[in-house]
Amino acid sequence: MSFVEYGDTIKDGDTAIVFLGHESMFPVKVQHGTVTQTKYGVIRHSTDLIGKKYGSKVTCSKGGWVFILHPTPELWTMNLPHRTQILYSTDISIITMMLELKPGSIVCESGTGSGSLSHALIRTVAPTGHLYTVEFHQQRAEKAREEFREHGVEHLVTVTNQDVCKNGFGVSNIADAVFLDIPSPWEAIGHAKSALKTEGGRICSFSPCIEQVQRTCLAMEEYGFTEINTLEILLRVYNVRTISLQIPDLGKAAEGDSSMGFDSSNPSRQGSPCTNLQQGTVQFKSGVPLREMVGHTGYLTFATKS
Amino acid sequence: AMEGGPGPSPRIREGDCAVLKRGDVFKAVPVLRRRKIIFEKQWFYLDNAIGHIYGTTFEVTSGGNLQPKQEVEETTTETKEAGTDNRNIVDDGKSQKLTHDDIKALKDKGIKGQEIVQQLIENSTTFRDKTEFAQDKYIKKKKKKYEAVITIVKPSTRILSTMYYAREPGKINHLRYDTLAQMLTLGNIRAGNKMIVMETCAGLLLGAVMERMGGYGSIIQMYPGGGPVRAATSCFGFPKPFFDNLHEFPLSKVDSLLSGTFSTETLPSEPEDNTLVEEESNGLTEEKQTSLQEAEEESPTEAAMEINQAEEQETMDINAEDVEFKENKEKENVREKQRKQWERRKKLIETAALLREKNADGLIIASKFHPAPLLLSLLEFVAPSRPFVVYCQYKEPLLECYTKLRERGGVINLKLSETWLRNYQVLPDRSHPKLTMSGGGGYLLSGITVVLDKGKPDSSDSEAMKMEEPSSKRCKVQDVHC
Repeated sequence: MSFVEYGDTIKDGDTAIVFLGHESMFPVKVQHGTVTQTKYGVIRHSTDLIGKKYGSKVTCSKGGWVFILHPTPELWTMNLPHRTQILYSTDISIITMMLELKPGSIVCESGTGSGSLSHALIRTVAPTGHLYTVEFHQQRAEKAREEFREHGVEHLVTVTNQDVCKNGFGVSNIADAVFLDIPSPWEAIGHAKSALKTEGGRICSFSPCIEQVQRTCLAMEEYGFTEINTLEILLRVYNVRTISLQIPDLGKAAEGDSSMGFDSSNPSRQGSPCTNLQQGTVQFKSGVPLREMVGHTGYLTFATKS
Repeated sequence: AMEGGPGPSPRIREGDCAVLKRGDVFKAVPVLRRRKIIFEKQWFYLDNAIGHIYGTTFEVTSGGNLQPKQEVEETTTETKEAGTDNRNIVDDGKSQKLTHDDIKALKDKGIKGQEIVQQLIENSTTFRDKTEFAQDKYIKKKKKKYEAVITIVKPSTRILSTMYYAREPGKINHLRYDTLAQMLTLGNIRAGNKMIVMETCAGLLLGAVMERMGGYGSIIQMYPGGGPVRAATSCFGFPKPFFDNLHEFPLSKVDSLLSGTFSTETLPSEPEDNTLVEEESNGLTEEKQTSLQEAEEESPTEAAMEINQAEEQETMDINAEDVEFKENKEKENVREKQRKQWERRKKLIETAALLREKNADGLIIASKFHPAPLLLSLLEFVAPSRPFVVYCQYKEPLLECYTKLRERGGVINLKLSETWLRNYQVLPDRSHPKLTMSGGGGYLLSGITVVLDKGKPDSSDSEAMKMEEPSSKRCKVQDVHC
């Protein structure tokens, strides 16, 4: 396996995702002789994982079972160890499309953070593109390098440990796109412009606060970027539920009149409505919004260098 | 120097498919010499644009020629006079001293839009009393109307999906561009995949998938009727090799493929020929219907359609020329037809073999059909531990898909979702969300395939129970290394 190529079977050294149930999963590094504890019991890597097909059901020691999944940037985003606040797949998807990324694209990113976006970018630009990612925090930069190695994508990414606002991306006139997720992106717009190809490219900046966006937009305009556009994307997730609603008893006047305005799923209602104290119900499927949802991640400002 | 690169040239070339942009309005057109283009109430020729870099902004001159726009000179009105509020501004309809005829005369004289705007400002009695912001807004509005500038940009999923959503949402089942972006990410679309695509979005989704795969890997497009519609796909201007591993398979043969009755032996030449001919004619009528619809929708100027028209014209010309050689031509036609049918059948058999391997790396569906039967059948061709994404303009069919998939088993991490998109105006002291936002961009059902447990229907039931657990019951796990 690698994060940029599907494999059929689980191999020693792979990063796999153990899926226990709805939104309950975690990554494991597959290693001979290692065991992993789950609430369903122990998974022995040598016998339970290595050589098995991705997507298989694995029975744990207590008789419970889990699924073992092939890693993808999206699964990684849901399960990676957080070193910083991360970008999630909803924002990542619009960033990728609006930056016009595809195989062969050269992308600059800062900061690397926990590498959530980095993995998605690498996936999209592989096998001929490259990611230049800049992280000013030395430990985070090192950790990111280590993860890229483990995930078999180190040849597609260069991690530089420096301050992007002071020193830029370490490359010039080669990028098709630049992405910024730093506290003061307006200080990096000039560096972003010089990292982009002379014939042009796209830029995106992610900021949680509108004041950051305003300063960034002004800086973009100053540096001659065009098509400056700020947007926000929100994900609404629905739970699929079967709902039953009670039919109110209006004390039907005409006895024996069983004609209803709508279908009742309770056939016992058809009898004598007046004496039937048990209320009937109507059942239907509904997509119910979650009780609480993410209302704001950040504003995304896009622009073009031309 | 640009030739060897992976993408198309950054320069506009004859025969390219380009996108015209004015403000937020896009239009895809083929770049042809001596071809009159009408866009946003302006007409011009693209001849002069050839050779320029994509992204160049042009001014339209009086003869319909394009001229690269000079660097924007700051059109600051020297006397920065402005009011503070509008308490004394009365709308008497007489603030503009220039009449309609005056403005028309200026335009007819070939005066630059920039100058017309300046004259409008000078002849507006209320301009100086307007607040600075209102002046700004006034200038912007007039510029938009009188300054004839267009930018020529290279087509991309970003541009074409925004263009289609704005111009012809009906043709792409109202698939909004942010929803399309979700599909590409949730489906883990990337180079090297073997993808199954089922769409009736004019080929836009197919094009988006092709762009993300960059010519690596393979795509099997499932199509209804006589053939796949790829009007939008052709707007992308993909290099030829991108089509080498693009396969197509008729939906009407899926059941026979799954039941095992589809085979080379069950493809007798006679009846198969008939169906092919029939299918082809169906395809034609479908095409005609689309163009009719296009005419009704008052936006009949898609690049693909123009190309179609050009092709039609060509065939007509050829027919006229060859009247004398009619007999020879007919024989040739028959032979050509047979050759085409033979090739088509060969391709069909190849594609069937690819599907039979049942090891696709993903399935992506966005069509006008009910998604449940598509999903239940086409998932059979997908390998375990691979993502799938289904788009539907409406939520209810996806609720049904969800239930049916639970019954079937073999899928996990099912998620029904929708995205909302909000655009912002960001200006000093005037930042706020844009007035209007899209009401609906459709819904997605996504998930991951797993090895299907055969003969254990109970387990899928308990699986379903487990899935419906609220997420608050998250379990804590830990790795133990020894």
